[in-house]
Amino acid sequence: MTSYHGMFSALLILVPVLTFILLWIALQGPVVDRITMAGLPEGVLDGLDSGGVQLVLAEIKSVSRGQIFGTPEDWKIAAAGRYVILHDRADWWLFAAVTILSLALLAFARSRVAADFRARQGVEGIVSGLMIFCSTVAIFTTIGIIASLSYETWRFFERVPVAEFLFGLNWEPQIPLREDQIAAKGAFGWLPVILGTIVITVVALVVAVPVGLFSAIYLNEFAPKRLRSIVKPVLEILAGVPTVVYGFFAILVVAPAIRSFGQSIGLDVAPNTALAAGGVMGIMLIPFISSFADDALSAVPQAMRDGALGLGSTRGEMMTTVLFPAALPGIVGGVLLAVSRAIGETMIVVMAAGLIAKMTINPLDSVTTVTVQIVTLLIGDTSFDNPKTLAAFALGMMLFLVTLMINILALRIVRKYREAYD
Amino acid sequence: MNNMRKIERDVKMTDTKITARSVNVHYGDTHAIKDVDVNIADKTVTAFIGPSGCGKSTFLRCLNRMNDTIDICRVTGEIKIDDKDINHKSVDPVQLRAQVGMVFQKPNPFPKSIYDNIAYGPRIHGLSKSKSELDEIVERALRRGAIWDEVKDRLDQPGTGLSGGQQQRLCIARAVATEPEVLLMDEPCSALDPIATAQVEELIDELRQDYSVVIVTHSMQQAARVSQKTAFFHLGNLVEFNDTGEIFTNPSDPRTESYITGRIG
Repeated sequence: MTSYHGMFSALLILVPVLTFILLWIALQGPVVDRITMAGLPEGVLDGLDSGGVQLVLAEIKSVSRGQIFGTPEDWKIAAAGRYVILHDRADWWLFAAVTILSLALLAFARSRVAADFRARQGVEGIVSGLMIFCSTVAIFTTIGIIASLSYETWRFFERVPVAEFLFGLNWEPQIPLREDQIAAKGAFGWLPVILGTIVITVVALVVAVPVGLFSAIYLNEFAPKRLRSIVKPVLEILAGVPTVVYGFFAILVVAPAIRSFGQSIGLDVAPNTALAAGGVMGIMLIPFISSFADDALSAVPQAMRDGALGLGSTRGEMMTTVLFPAALPGIVGGVLLAVSRAIGETMIVVMAAGLIAKMTINPLDSVTTVTVQIVTLLIGDTSFDNPKTLAAFALGMMLFLVTLMINILALRIVRKYREAYD
Repeated sequence: MNNMRKIERDVKMTDTKITARSVNVHYGDTHAIKDVDVNIADKTVTAFIGPSGCGKSTFLRCLNRMNDTIDICRVTGEIKIDDKDINHKSVDPVQLRAQVGMVFQKPNPFPKSIYDNIAYGPRIHGLSKSKSELDEIVERALRRGAIWDEVKDRLDQPGTGLSGGQQQRLCIARAVATEPEVLLMDEPCSALDPIATAQVEELIDELRQDYSVVIVTHSMQQAARVSQKTAFFHLGNLVEFNDTGEIFTNPSDPRTESYITGRIG
């Protein structure tokens, strides 16, 4: 019981003090900046826009670190001096505040220590509060992401009609550079882009689902222990390969091979085909699907296997007639999660897929994907007030909605059929 | 010489279905079954009793080679069913298991409909040529399993939705549907309540007319109720094998006596 009193005191002090320190550190910079800028001589900031003010502040900061370029004005040097002093003083203030706070809390905690004080409940309350906080961090982050995404998407739809975006068949995200430019009005129909995503996803699944499934079935039921103990870790390593490496593989090995093979049998093959990007993405997804299917198969009770074997079925019959149907919900859930990964996969397609949106389902053609378009729209110097940039957020929003729906579907399937056997 | 002839005569008189000679089973380094010899008669219920871990289930699983599915398990010795060595190279364990049905401790219906559960064995062994024939087989098996009246109106519903006792009778019917000659039961009532147990025991007694039934049980009352022959296993040895009445009233081995009176086990 006594240790709970100690722990209660420690938590009572540590949690507020650490929160206080974090808040202080987060706020110290901006506050000191404000004070420094407010202390500048009057008139020096006249006629500067926000960018100019930032530039002055940056210059003061670099002077305060001793990095002096050219000859700064005297008021900048003075401001830099004040900046350094303010920071030093802030550190001392922090130290003093923390000390006082700690002592106050310590005194408070000490006063609570008594035989009839239920320290364990107090500790448990604090700890469970901390755990609640940790588990909700992800939720609040998600809400924040959705909010910012929604805001930017709304701004996009202020400039481009929703119907044009949802049903348009052209994707040419251009904007006039000057007011008087006539050409390149831009078209923001997302259908060719999502079609490209679908083509690549389908190619990836055609590769990943059979290979992943059969490897799981083999490893789970037929493979000798020794082989399983080698192959399984190797598959898991495959899951850890960064996607950028898969991207290299796609452009340097797979795409040229497909192209030269296609040309040798007289086909017209684009240099960056959906087939290459999707195929390599499929390889990336193999361990994902195989480990899901393996888990699902392993979760089928031994009693089912015994029952099937005891009735005189072969291992193959047992797999196709009992284990596979019983594991199917888990497998379908895994495949759907793989689909949403394929849709959201970026690096492989950025490297290996095309940039031009085409309405085609020919896997030998070059297609682009939603993620590729988001990346190309946001690369480089862009301002966030024109439809070209904002289109990226609209695409991101759609991507989010599509994958969210697939994930919900996957979870529902897994949950609904999970209790088919006990 | 005289002795030999006596054994031969016994075989003829009781119509022996299964003979086991010096059967040894090793699980890795553990010697689970030690030199077991036993004759199991046709159209009889034979009970295996003994304390937990004595090897009775292991021995049962030798009879349909279910132990083959366990990597570290090694079986030696000779087991013959109808004078055919079941461990011989020419015997396909898959065929053997169709001939020697098995019912497990926990009811394990497949997550399929009641109909499909029963039709599972006949389908994989190609016992029926048409749908109507399969329907007949299913009905016959369910009647044999004494569960037909309870499920005839819901054959398309999942077998997992039945009660525990019904599930176990379903599993027995499923095993019967493949038309085995021997039925092995590994503690078939241990997961059931007394009423379901009584129903299953009644069923076992009926099955005796057509099959050689071997049942592993923890309940000595059950062994006394359903079996004609009883084998007592202890620490991997077959201690005593005799008529059930004889074992429970007049055991010849002190270990058997201690067990049935509750002193060891």
